[in-house]
Amino acid sequence: MKTLKLEEALLPPVVALLIALVVGDLLILSFGQSPAAVYRMLLEGTWGNAYGLGQVLYKATTLTFTGLSVALALRAGLFNIGAESQLAAGGFAAALVGLALPAGLPALLVLPLYVAAAGAAGGLVGVVPGALKARFGAHEVITTIMLNFIVLALLNYLISTRFKVHDTLHTAEIKSGAVPRLADFASAFHGSAANVVLVLALIVVALSWWFLFRTRGGFELRAVGLQPHAAEYAGVHVGRVWWTSMALAGAIAGIGGLNYVLGYKRYYEEGFSAGAGFLGIAVALVGRSHPAGIVIAAILFATLSQGGLAVNALVPKQMVDVLQAVVIISMATAVPEIRRALLALRPAPSVKATAATGEAAT
Amino acid sequence: MIIAFLAQTLRIAMPYLFASAGGVASERAGLIALTLEGYMLMAAFCAAIGSYFAGSAWTGVFAGIAGGVATALLYGVCSIRYRANQVVVGIAINLLAIGLTRFFLRLTFDSSSNSPRVGGFIETGTGFGALARNPLVWLGVLALPAVGWLLYRTPFGLRVRAVGEHPEAALSVGVPVQRVRWFAVALSGALAGLGGAYLALDQHQFTDQMTAGRGFIALAATIFGRWDPPRVALACVLFAAAETLQIQLQGAQLVPSQFVEMIPYVLTIIALAGVVARAVPPAALGKVNE
Repeated sequence: MKTLKLEEALLPPVVALLIALVVGDLLILSFGQSPAAVYRMLLEGTWGNAYGLGQVLYKATTLTFTGLSVALALRAGLFNIGAESQLAAGGFAAALVGLALPAGLPALLVLPLYVAAAGAAGGLVGVVPGALKARFGAHEVITTIMLNFIVLALLNYLISTRFKVHDTLHTAEIKSGAVPRLADFASAFHGSAANVVLVLALIVVALSWWFLFRTRGGFELRAVGLQPHAAEYAGVHVGRVWWTSMALAGAIAGIGGLNYVLGYKRYYEEGFSAGAGFLGIAVALVGRSHPAGIVIAAILFATLSQGGLAVNALVPKQMVDVLQAVVIISMATAVPEIRRALLALRPAPSVKATAATGEAAT
Repeated sequence: MIIAFLAQTLRIAMPYLFASAGGVASERAGLIALTLEGYMLMAAFCAAIGSYFAGSAWTGVFAGIAGGVATALLYGVCSIRYRANQVVVGIAINLLAIGLTRFFLRLTFDSSSNSPRVGGFIETGTGFGALARNPLVWLGVLALPAVGWLLYRTPFGLRVRAVGEHPEAALSVGVPVQRVRWFAVALSGALAGLGGAYLALDQHQFTDQMTAGRGFIALAATIFGRWDPPRVALACVLFAAAETLQIQLQGAQLVPSQFVEMIPYVLTIIALAGVVARAVPPAALGKVNE
């Protein structure tokens, strides 16, 4: 992946954003508003004040986890469409641990417990499609989609029959391990949901980078993603890489559940993960499956999500749903097209250039 | 009791029959049908708009077909013309359908939940008598047999199957691979579009996200039925019967509704894993030929 040229990495997102901008203009005009005014409002409502920024950071935290989850699987040549239910399972497990722990324990002491529980639950949901693929060759795209429905229905059953507070769709509040919000350090963030899980996200990003590019396991994972047959021939156990990378991807998405359950609401609520898994695919794609790119892409999509709320007075907030989809579609379409164009421009295709065409994220 | 059960099963199966017929057409030509949900949702919205403004259910049906085909052509532009990844584009098209229908629901009817009441084919009744008066029901029953006939009894169907199994071989004997894929994807949009139109006209309105995962159940039926029209039809009816049973037994509380919801998905995973008999997809499914 190091062979990926800079222009090849940066051009598609730029093209995708431009297309989204044009579509956005059309939607805004169809609603009889001025695009300039709407975009200004979008920026002011997100990056223009501390509350908006805090909300962006909060949303970007969840998207970093799901984006990283999708990206890690993509590097192994697998599509993890299941981040949504892995995230929900992680959040649910964390809530269960929280309900079982006695009140008042310090966060630093119990945080590892929460991380382990959320990671284990997410990893469990992730390992199933990985193992089904390794053992039976069942396509992970279909099995992860089907598992989303199964896991979410199961969680719905558990919440509605056993754990919900009467007349709500959420569990009781967690008593121990309060994670501070950013507002506790800088009062300007008051009211926003951004919290210390953000730091956890950055740690996981750094660890993922280290794992992917500095360890033997990461090398094997990328080798399988680029060319499974060659990796197999070189002595890599492809099946094992498949199920371990899906377990890892699931665990990362699962830990993402802490952002809502531990950092924001302090309970598990039905449907909190809605959409975050699918947007994780977008984040992984725009971030080119690179940990650093994912942070940037997560902030971009979080800005759009929060920006939708900011402009709702002028145009329906659903506009950003359309824009997010347009970014994904144009990105997916532009990546192979731009690569072909760049390859055609190059005088003589080097070995490096041909290696890059095997990249999984297209 | 039995008659009512069968009638309700047929009614619930209807969108599945339409959409999975589209799923078979698309996947047999090598195009992953993750987009069925999006086709149906766009079609349901267009059908409601058509029926509302023209005051005729048939206009709604044609508007629904147009909406489904237009969405399918967008998928075609990305995946056939530009050879983009079908999984990514497919998922994004579903998100796009949710966003666009919500946006234009606000724009057209100033509502974030539903359209006003629109005319359909039948106003009252849920039994077989009422179903028989709905022409879409007849079309729905015929959708999968028609696709089966097309695939196995016509030269075009032979080409579709060749393109889905081995595009290079098809190309080498002169089959216009890309054109066959365009036809297949448009056909799948039209069929899933009919499913969306059925939903909107049957419920006499469009509601936000009214397809509620039915496109994925149709995809599950396509896979569980091993891409073979008669088996796919059986899968649709089986899934619909399970839902009907759950609705009718709701008072009895025998099995939690969530477990009934899981049935199609669990069966599909089992079929893909091949515990009983392995479901093997078309060989070139999701692959782009350079």
